[in-house]
Amino acid sequence: MIRKITLSAVAALGLASPALAAGEAPKVTDYDFSFEGPFGTYDQMQLQRGLQVYTEICAACHGLQYVPLRTLGDDGGPHLPEDQVRAYAEFYEVFDPEIDDFRPAKPTDHFPGSQLENAPDLSLMAKARAGFSGPYGLGTNQFFKGMGGPEYIASLLAGYDDPPECAAESDIEGSYNRVFTAGGFPDECKYEDGKHKVEGSWISMGQPLYGDDVEYEDGTSASIDQQAQDVAAFLMWAAEPKLNARKEAGFIAVAFLIVLSALLYLTNKKIWAPIKRKGITPAE
Amino acid sequence: MAGIPHDHYEPVTQGEKWLHRRLPVVGLLYDTLMIPTPKNLNWMWIWGIVLTFCLALQIVTGIVLAMHYTPHVDLAFASVEHIMRNVNGGHMLRYLHQNGASLFFIAVYAHIFRGLYYGSYKEPREVTWIIGILIFVLMMGTAFMGYVLPWGQMSFWGATVITGLFGAIPFVGEAIQTWLLGGPAVDNATLNRFFSLHYLLPFVIAGLVIVHIWAFHTTGNNNPTGVEVRRGSKEEAERDTVPFWPYYVIKDLFALAIILAIFFAIVGFMPNYLGHPDNYIEANPLVTPAHIVPEWYFLPFYAILRAFTSDVWIVIAANFLTGGIIDAKFFGVLAMFGAIAVMALAPWLDTSSVRSGKYRPQFKWWFWLLVIDFFVLMWLGAMPAEEPYATFSLIASAYWFAYFLVILPLLGVMEKPLPIPETIEEDFDAHYPPKGEASGAAAPTPAE
Repeated sequence: MIRKITLSAVAALGLASPALAAGEAPKVTDYDFSFEGPFGTYDQMQLQRGLQVYTEICAACHGLQYVPLRTLGDDGGPHLPEDQVRAYAEFYEVFDPEIDDFRPAKPTDHFPGSQLENAPDLSLMAKARAGFSGPYGLGTNQFFKGMGGPEYIASLLAGYDDPPECAAESDIEGSYNRVFTAGGFPDECKYEDGKHKVEGSWISMGQPLYGDDVEYEDGTSASIDQQAQDVAAFLMWAAEPKLNARKEAGFIAVAFLIVLSALLYLTNKKIWAPIKRKGITPAE
Repeated sequence: MAGIPHDHYEPVTQGEKWLHRRLPVVGLLYDTLMIPTPKNLNWMWIWGIVLTFCLALQIVTGIVLAMHYTPHVDLAFASVEHIMRNVNGGHMLRYLHQNGASLFFIAVYAHIFRGLYYGSYKEPREVTWIIGILIFVLMMGTAFMGYVLPWGQMSFWGATVITGLFGAIPFVGEAIQTWLLGGPAVDNATLNRFFSLHYLLPFVIAGLVIVHIWAFHTTGNNNPTGVEVRRGSKEEAERDTVPFWPYYVIKDLFALAIILAIFFAIVGFMPNYLGHPDNYIEANPLVTPAHIVPEWYFLPFYAILRAFTSDVWIVIAANFLTGGIIDAKFFGVLAMFGAIAVMALAPWLDTSSVRSGKYRPQFKWWFWLLVIDFFVLMWLGAMPAEEPYATFSLIASAYWFAYFLVILPLLGVMEKPLPIPETIEEDFDAHYPPKGEASGAAAPTPAE
């Protein structure tokens, strides 16, 4: 039994490669997010807009089971006032084993999990996908552009399109998406050597955004692209809520260590000087 | 400690004398810290301190993480998220521990290749070298089991594939695999024992590190010339050495501070760069990830594991000669462990009378080719198992073995080494000439 699993795992290594070799790397747009780079932080207003898109559209099927509702009020996040967090929490029903019944959620509860069995939980989605890779397996693209999780999510949400002509006769299920590559693909759209005539594949999630799906309170126009980026930013926050604190700690540590290095450099130079017979002035 | 003659600790005060008669611990610390160290060590001799720091960092962060982690298949993934979201400073602890493993391996590979270039493994430092390789093997085991603990997709499937290797051993393989896993497949029993061992092994490593240090404090450090410190008298030894404190402690701390500045930039600004996105998906035995790739520090050995497929003549020959006992899979396993074993045997495979690669004109080329080979193998380990990578893997793996099994023994006989300096002092003075020779003794030379 275990041998079979192992073999299938080893085989998967081999089987997965043709898809990669066919040059089907997802066409992910390198959106400019406010939280990119060492100086980037979350844009509070964007997170609030993303929360709205998530709540009104995504939450119908998907969940955020690892995200505590109270963190919506945290610094560096959407930073909702306390009463709004409480009001927002009550919007959800959670099962409470103590009363053996459903009750309105409290800020101390987590977001509910996914409502549909095949809709994945989104808590960590922005870290569980890589938008960029390569080149040639070297990973330097990720070094310069970032892992690309939120870029992938935004690109995917904005990547729905009319199915290509070659699939007109096909009875394939799902929706055609230019960015999603892991889905089904009709034989009608393949060349004889198995290469794909069109980019992307068919995804089982129906198109979620059409433009103006939500009405933003801050007056931002709710285009598909805008909503996709807002909800991607929100999901990045959901996956990495301590990003601002982490970068701050990084800066303090790096600055401290640079000063420490400089001092140690001078100390080292000075103590070695007599051994290396260098620059000892008589006064010293 | 024995070896190079030097001043020993002498208790002065009544209190010191009282303690020294009963437990000479201050003397032990003094002798360890003041050990005479060759004064010509270059910047490749800093990795020992970096490695010691890494071990301490991993143990300290790991102990705190263990306070919040739950080793259970239903709770492990959620408990890591709990650490990342709810524990004070938990996200930093976790990222430090996660990236600390990478720093640990960068340092250990630099340390090993330093030893290979300067012949640090040679007589009389074989025991230091063997213990070092043991530490390296334990590090790999510890890192592998640690990677399973977050119970993500790569954790689970990595554990499945790697423990599956033991299943390739003829006759007893499946029994061993079941024994290792605590059941027929990777499950709760596996996670629990991996957690237990992941906590235990670092302390075994710490013990071996002490023996490692003890061993090379007995033989004395190697140095870039490979020439031994003169031991005829204390005065003679002092012309070749400086005490470890403060000269090398400060130098090493300076190097450590620079390395940590880079390390903290990675932890602070791109903590997931060296990880795999799939490990942010909870383990699911029913869904196999598209690519099962080990962490970067295992990739060279993973490439060697995969290189020997059933269509390679040496595998076919082994299969035929053993009557089918050694199949391609088992051959790959043997090759992977063999790649480490040949490193351990380097002291006996290298026949050259000259220790340091600095004075070996042909050795240098082969050595740097081995370094390139190592990086090529690392790259190949991350690529899919298909052409042309399969052929490249085979060539690169073959070179790894050829270096140790063919080139090192032959070079010692065929190569004509360059003249080596008589003493460490001579080498040092060549870089930093004594004042009297260059100019007037009193005239200060300007800082360079």
